[in-house]
Amino acid sequence: MSEGVKVEERMSFFRTYVFSIDHKMIAKQYLAIGLFWAIVGGLLAYLLRWQLAYPDTEAPGWGFIGPEFYNMLVTMHGTIMVFFVAMPILLGAFGNFLIPLMVGARDMAFPRLNMLSVWTLALSSLVLLISFFVPGGAASAGWTGYPPLSAKPIYTGVNWGLNLWILALALEFASFLMGGVNFLTTPINLRALGLSMFRLPLLIWMQMTAAILFMLSVGPLIAGAVMLLLDRVAGTSFYLPEGGGDPILWQHLFWFFGHPEVYVILMPGLGIVLEIFPVFSRKPIFGYRPIIYSTIAAAILSFTVWAHHQFISGMDPRLAMPFSITTIIISVPFALMVFAMIATLWGGSISFPTPMLFALGTLAIFLIGGLTGIFNGSAPVDIYIHDTYFVVAHFHYTLFSALFFAGFAGLYFWFPKMFGRMMNEALGKLHFWLTFLLFNAIFIPMFLLGAGGMMRRIANPMQYEFLQPLQPLNAFATIATIFLLLAQLPFVVNFFWSLFAGKVAERNPWHANTLEWSAPSPPPHGNFDTVPVVYRGPYEYSHPSVSEEWLPQDRPTMPTATA
Amino acid sequence: MFRWLPEMVSTYGGDIDSMMYLIYYIVGAWFLLTYGATALFLILYRRREGRRATYIEGNSLREAAWILVPCLIVLVLDLWIDFRGGEVWAKVKGRVPQSDLGIQVTAKQFNWEMLYPGPDGKFGTGDDLQFENELHVPVNKVIRVTLKSKDVIHSFFLPHLRLKQDAVPGRAIEAWFQATKPGRYEIPCAELCGFGHSGMNGFLIVHPADEYERWVKEHWPSS
Repeated sequence: MSEGVKVEERMSFFRTYVFSIDHKMIAKQYLAIGLFWAIVGGLLAYLLRWQLAYPDTEAPGWGFIGPEFYNMLVTMHGTIMVFFVAMPILLGAFGNFLIPLMVGARDMAFPRLNMLSVWTLALSSLVLLISFFVPGGAASAGWTGYPPLSAKPIYTGVNWGLNLWILALALEFASFLMGGVNFLTTPINLRALGLSMFRLPLLIWMQMTAAILFMLSVGPLIAGAVMLLLDRVAGTSFYLPEGGGDPILWQHLFWFFGHPEVYVILMPGLGIVLEIFPVFSRKPIFGYRPIIYSTIAAAILSFTVWAHHQFISGMDPRLAMPFSITTIIISVPFALMVFAMIATLWGGSISFPTPMLFALGTLAIFLIGGLTGIFNGSAPVDIYIHDTYFVVAHFHYTLFSALFFAGFAGLYFWFPKMFGRMMNEALGKLHFWLTFLLFNAIFIPMFLLGAGGMMRRIANPMQYEFLQPLQPLNAFATIATIFLLLAQLPFVVNFFWSLFAGKVAERNPWHANTLEWSAPSPPPHGNFDTVPVVYRGPYEYSHPSVSEEWLPQDRPTMPTATA
Repeated sequence: MFRWLPEMVSTYGGDIDSMMYLIYYIVGAWFLLTYGATALFLILYRRREGRRATYIEGNSLREAAWILVPCLIVLVLDLWIDFRGGEVWAKVKGRVPQSDLGIQVTAKQFNWEMLYPGPDGKFGTGDDLQFENELHVPVNKVIRVTLKSKDVIHSFFLPHLRLKQDAVPGRAIEAWFQATKPGRYEIPCAELCGFGHSGMNGFLIVHPADEYERWVKEHWPSS
């Protein structure tokens, strides 16, 4: 199969950059789509934070916001960050770029399907973009789209905006379903000679798990979304009680997908960290197999926790404790991964280039996200903190760490492989420290706001007496948000400057073991000079039998000193 | 962190708060342990010339015990949290205790309608009385609230009483509380319910027993 993608030397501009079937170009297209939406999502965050800190005042550079527009801001910020930034970057970009390279294949198993998936996402992006400009504006029923609010235009005043929102999500799901086929087939069928499943880099395991989770969970939501669209446009009442429907049905369908979806984003993020830790600790990852087993355990458990989003939704209260127990127990497999990361550092020889800083940042931030999840998972505590800023802070600690900290770690780490040049270290470190400090400056106050009882999705906290004393925290978080957005400028400068003027990268600048580093930087269409043969696992660092600190997977014999 | 909690004025609020503190101390300990270990390792094992990393795979059971045993402790603590939490959950959301007063609260965009049964104690009779956004109750009495909604999902939130319950159209959901301190407390809506969601707010007025009697007499002269 991999031989089928023969290196075609002269390809038209169009076939190289636009309708490319090369997984690396497709990965870059995903990256471009993800970064574009990240900018939009970030600007929406600026506006919604402004409204919260200084309600109903003119936001600099924009103008008046107000409650109706605010609802649109929170809805679209969530939708964009989860579906149009996290998935395109963590799965689309890193998955597409790394899966063939790390398994020693010349391309994905189905390159044309791969092209179709990215172009379906482009179409989906276009639909979402249009939804901002239709009369009534974009969707404003929350990124969770709970009916009846989302099921009848009169409840929100948004008509086509929300229909297009459903359409865009449907296309996005179709795109990642097609992507998922490649994400599974390629590592299963196209692995290089000698690359057994238990010699695969952990990132590949994580990407495969994410693909399986997505494919198994998205079906019910697609069915749910069709019913929602029918309620809106065809007069059905699947979710409308006046016609015999039930609004809570949607919540079950949504969260049956929505919770595994969290892990769809989280797993590739953790996978990136698990790749980077051994490289810069110069040590094998601690507990390769236990990590794989706990990944599988977490994946299975993730299908049994969804109703923890619904403890107070009106479902039978007797259902709460079973879901509370599974939810809290899912901390065990993730605790194992965290302990394994920390144990990897033990006895290492640790250096701190930018990718390692971001990887460590992911660990630090994700840990807080995980620990605070126990509060939400406990049904009685959830009675109070449900739908408050405690939840908002919690899921930003989990998802921001997986998406941005791990995403940046991966970008700085694989940039030399993607673009053939190194990024600037000084700018990278500046970017890391600013991002790390400012992120905490935004979201630590949100834990306090949540403890104070501040509800999610209110546009003006000053309308409530019990929230008024907390307002300085809101102002603080907003100012930090503005600085966090500005702190991304060193990255933007670094990215484009390095793209054209960075130091030319060698094949293996970090002295890493996995197969992508034995390909040229950047790899040509077809990836490898000769298809590699694999002799060992991916993390043989500081092996006693060799003098170097690294031992690539495809180095033929162990040049032993004792032999 | 939880010194930011609003004042607690209900019988079961203390149980919920103590669950928060229990979890706070447990995860706080893990936070210090994991951050401490990470910081220590980063300093001790930073790259220095001439020192090579130790080759440890952590796959054998003997090595993996270093991460498996902590996981076992996590599991035990998890179950402890679940076990304690189950009792508190049952107290708040389980069977509603024998109530002294039943009130129907109907949410709509963007108000709470508080319906009292009147002197006959029955709903749907001529002496029912409805208030917008004001819920008057006597202190130290068990109040049963039947939550309904006319349009979309709302959420009945009493931050000072640590009660939250969604109001779902098409359903009548029972909740209860017993306020322990007279005063005026807000009832915000906690579920996005449309453009007026922000500012959808009511008041719970908890009266001392005699004051409540006066309030009743004022509104139901016939009784």
